[in-house]
Amino acid sequence: MTVATQSTAMPTAGQHGLVAHSDGPVVPVQTRSERFRSVEVADFAPVTGREHEWKLSPVAAFADLTSGELDGARLGLETSGAEGVAVEWIARDDARIGTAGTPEERASANAWTNFGEALLVRVTGEDDKIATVTRTGLGATPRAAHTVIEAAPNSRGLVVLGGTGSARLSENVEVIVGEGANLTVVSVQEWDDDAVHLASHFARIGRDAKLKHIVVSLGGKVVRVNPSTHLAEQGGDVEALGLYFSDAGQHLEQQVYVHHDAPNTRSRVTYKGALQGEGARSVWIGDVLIGNAAVGTDSYEQNRNLVLSDGTRADSIPNLEIETGDIAGAGHASATGRFDDEQLFYLMARGITEEEARRLVVRGFLTEIVQQIGVAELEERLTAALEAELQGA
Amino acid sequence: MSVLEIKNLHVNVETDQGTREILRGVDLVINEGEIHAIMGPNGSGKSTLAYTIAGHPKYTVVEGEILLDGENVLEMSVDERARAGLFLAMQYPVEIPGVTVTNFLRTAKTAIDGEAPSVRHWVKDVRTAMGNLKMDSAFAERNVNEGFSGGEKKRNEILQLELLKPKFAVLDETDSGLDVDALKIVSEGVNRAKENTGLGILLITHYTRILRYIKPDFVHVFVAGKIAEQGGPELADRLEDEGYDRYQVAETASAE
Repeated sequence: MTVATQSTAMPTAGQHGLVAHSDGPVVPVQTRSERFRSVEVADFAPVTGREHEWKLSPVAAFADLTSGELDGARLGLETSGAEGVAVEWIARDDARIGTAGTPEERASANAWTNFGEALLVRVTGEDDKIATVTRTGLGATPRAAHTVIEAAPNSRGLVVLGGTGSARLSENVEVIVGEGANLTVVSVQEWDDDAVHLASHFARIGRDAKLKHIVVSLGGKVVRVNPSTHLAEQGGDVEALGLYFSDAGQHLEQQVYVHHDAPNTRSRVTYKGALQGEGARSVWIGDVLIGNAAVGTDSYEQNRNLVLSDGTRADSIPNLEIETGDIAGAGHASATGRFDDEQLFYLMARGITEEEARRLVVRGFLTEIVQQIGVAELEERLTAALEAELQGA
Repeated sequence: MSVLEIKNLHVNVETDQGTREILRGVDLVINEGEIHAIMGPNGSGKSTLAYTIAGHPKYTVVEGEILLDGENVLEMSVDERARAGLFLAMQYPVEIPGVTVTNFLRTAKTAIDGEAPSVRHWVKDVRTAMGNLKMDSAFAERNVNEGFSGGEKKRNEILQLELLKPKFAVLDETDSGLDVDALKIVSEGVNRAKENTGLGILLITHYTRILRYIKPDFVHVFVAGKIAEQGGPELADRLEDEGYDRYQVAETASAE
């Protein structure tokens, strides 16, 4: 087991003795908000794996998605709708596209350059409702996709965006949360073992609006879901939750970014993961930027990993940048612990079988996130899926 | 009538310096309802005996037997031993992240009994047992041993003892690190368990202090991996006065 933790602001240009970073010749940008961004893939240099946004990812496993031609046709979908949730395809030039964010790396830009139409999931009405959109049967073709989830002002709703079967997919998901809206987005990755899925989510939170964003990654060879949230107007609130179980040979990654950019905004980031088996890998990078305008910010981010066997590696890197002194609170935490033989002995000495002991510990650890989802049927299915993971199924 | 028999037990442990012999022929018979105190200096092998009975994988039995009502305990896995009726109250209980005391107790009770306890009775039993041990009810929702003080950890061990109702309990230095109030509470718990279930007890301790609260029927002095002397409660009184000095010659050959 290897654990890497660092907690530093990026060096500033005026920093004394600043030299090229050991990662390569590139000096990191000053703040997260000044990172280069573009919707054109050609604006990004080819990916080498040394870039700060790629250095912990197995880039050779998905060169087709960062540099190849992507099929931008409509994806195969299974949807279960609800009154007040419309699902339709919209043209590339729709005015909503591009309002929540812009790609910061090449796979995301490649998807943006290549997608044909975008899928729009539009939530209206003040009643609670649940809609599910599952992408399936994508096969071995490298694909690009673009999704816009829009919550109308003062609307409420929960949208599950799922993925099953084989896939080689790079995609962007824009989440536009209108003034006063309360939206939950659950991104559930239950891909087949050979799947590669790279996703960038860009959320823009309107005035006094709330987004609960949950990333659940269980299946797939390489799954990288990077949610960015722009708290662009005052009173915005984001709760970013994540849950992952990485088993042998699996790479599950999430780079979470929260940008406090308006007064009295709040964020809570909580990601929890378990790792089991040779080569099980997880990466969590949590960037929080509290901008100059974001007085009264209340922010906390944390990542917890539970290591269940040898041969795993969990990287956990929280970064916090604060540009104003007038905030309510900002904190971060990272911890990676192991379930070890003494814990196993203790539980077994109370009559509990080894299998049950592991299940008990993992369920206890991850349930906190599962319970936040708010869809009973999905919670039950994920609990069962987690137990199957434990048994190596 | 249950009986736990230990016959000519020899135990090795693997260390970085190679194999070390720690137990060198231990014989002991504990009947249900009996309290046996095992006393001895540090490094005499007392804890090794405790962990060997429970089945910790670090210890290798090279000779001898442990029988519970005639059944070969050494062939059982750790959890099978617990289900057969053995309990080890640990000297250093480990933290279990993500598992609440409530969840842990119910899971263990279900495993030991082979069926889930009836919800109504169980909740009441847990509450009563916690009350007896002066444990705050907020305890139940904390993760097992996480952030517990030394005294809280020991109380949590005795809570399990009272709720799981084993046939035999090994208490491994349960008294160490307890102030006198906590020592009384823990001792009362052990006595209550014996009263209620006819528990047989192997009480391992370095000090005579706990024997004021838990009265042993037999006292065994453990030196250099075997029993050097045994007798009734009066032997403990003598140890209190004289210490382990007169066994010191043997101790030079001791291990652990």
